[in-house]
Amino acid sequence: MADLQSQDYIRRSATTLTPPAARNYEQQVAKLIDVTRCIGCKACQSACMEWNNLRPEVGYFEGSYENPMDLGPEVWTLMRFNEWENEKGDLEWLIRKDGCMHCEDPGCLKACPAPGAIVQYANGIVDFVSDACIGCGYCVKGCPFNIPRISQTDHKSYKCTLCSDRVSVGLEPACVKTCPTGAIMFGTKSDMTDWAQERIKDLKSRGFENAGLYDPPGVSGTHVMYVLHHADKPSIYSDLPEQPHISDFVSFWKGLIKPVALAGLAFTALAGFFHWITVGPNDVQPEDEAEAERLLRSAEKPR
Amino acid sequence: MTYPSGTIIRYSAASRINHWITGGCFVLLVLSGLAMFHPMLFFLSNLFGGGQWTRAAHPWIGVVLFISYTGLIIQFWRDEMWTRDDLAWTGAITRVLVNEEDGVPEVARFNAGQKFVFWAMALLVPVLFFSGLVIWEVYFSSYTTIEQQRIAVLIHSLAAIGAIIVWIIHVYAGLWIRGSMRAMTQGYVTPGWAYRHHRKWFTRLAETGSKGPVPRVSHDTPSIRSGS
Repeated sequence: MADLQSQDYIRRSATTLTPPAARNYEQQVAKLIDVTRCIGCKACQSACMEWNNLRPEVGYFEGSYENPMDLGPEVWTLMRFNEWENEKGDLEWLIRKDGCMHCEDPGCLKACPAPGAIVQYANGIVDFVSDACIGCGYCVKGCPFNIPRISQTDHKSYKCTLCSDRVSVGLEPACVKTCPTGAIMFGTKSDMTDWAQERIKDLKSRGFENAGLYDPPGVSGTHVMYVLHHADKPSIYSDLPEQPHISDFVSFWKGLIKPVALAGLAFTALAGFFHWITVGPNDVQPEDEAEAERLLRSAEKPR
Repeated sequence: MTYPSGTIIRYSAASRINHWITGGCFVLLVLSGLAMFHPMLFFLSNLFGGGQWTRAAHPWIGVVLFISYTGLIIQFWRDEMWTRDDLAWTGAITRVLVNEEDGVPEVARFNAGQKFVFWAMALLVPVLFFSGLVIWEVYFSSYTTIEQQRIAVLIHSLAAIGAIIVWIIHVYAGLWIRGSMRAMTQGYVTPGWAYRHHRKWFTRLAETGSKGPVPRVSHDTPSIRSGS
């Protein structure tokens, strides 16, 4: 049976061939999270659990509104709360919905060794195909945002799917649908960028002169974007990376050394082969045995 | 253990068992490791029952190899110590490579090439073991930062490539120098083999009336003939 979604891949992990490319007329999508309109109600967290049938183990109160305290195999989105004192000495409560950013240049996909375990659809969504996941944790090393989490139960990696199942049938992601303040929007990437600019203009007129859009160019942009009141300081939003990019260690490991290493192995093996067919084996000669025998006999002579 | 009469013992049974445990683990590690290194070699994971099994088995095989190689170090380090003679032998390597061993400086139990393989692995195996622990997701991922894991996985890959190249050299040398394979499988070599390739070792064995693999030390052990 044809899996039509497999014709929508524009990137496929651990694949040296071009993925199916005929179905090429698809709009890029994006989720826009307007941090300035978020009230921290966590309806998005609940909606994510409900739609995706996720029930993380109930934990303990750790003295923070943040609950649970981290993303996990069953926690694909999480409200992160930070109390920040601004330049005027006023408190700002910065609440950011954390989760997969759906990078245009996904580090997880680049690092993944299992063919087809991580795919990127033509609409830009980066998805984990759990069936093919081998649980090695390379995606964790590839991700510049510290998002994927490996389950200790089934040894598979999990993260936000951007509700790829909903989006593929024309619905918005569950978190978008549930957000009561309209802080989470979903649409084409160009529409979301335009809408963000309007929001930024409004924020600037109200005194947030550094308001801006977080769509980091280091990963060629993301399909989850933030409107921030302080776009000059992303790190105050619970360590949102300033300039995210795929680590140079990962780029080197997954780039240059792969072909060079295989060439090195092939060269060494071929050098051996050509030595064999030119010089050939080194055999013990009858003279060696005779000499050895003579030496043994002389050693045996009584001293 | 009996060996054909007139032959010389090159490797004891313990050494051979130790060597082949190491070698078997190494081959399995190369196959499973390359499967996770390059997409074109991912098919090798089928040999281990799929990707999940490959990922799960690889580190455990590595643990066995690490212990096993430690055994080889304990058994062989004395005979693998670098001496000034090794430099002279290395200087004559071009003659060795074309099978013209006349006039090449005599070598003891191991030549400089064998010592290179031994010490390269003695360096690379621990590097692989400890960098491998850092990226052993199931048990050790929580002890290091992600950045440290990125560095570890890069070191692990580079060290593995180095080790595989050393291993190809090692295997080819074993095929090229006829008689070496039997030395490591059945344990013995002919006197002519020892005379041709390890004359200093052979001479010491002859002088002390030893069968090998190491010359008996005459002042604390009675020689074979002293009793008769």
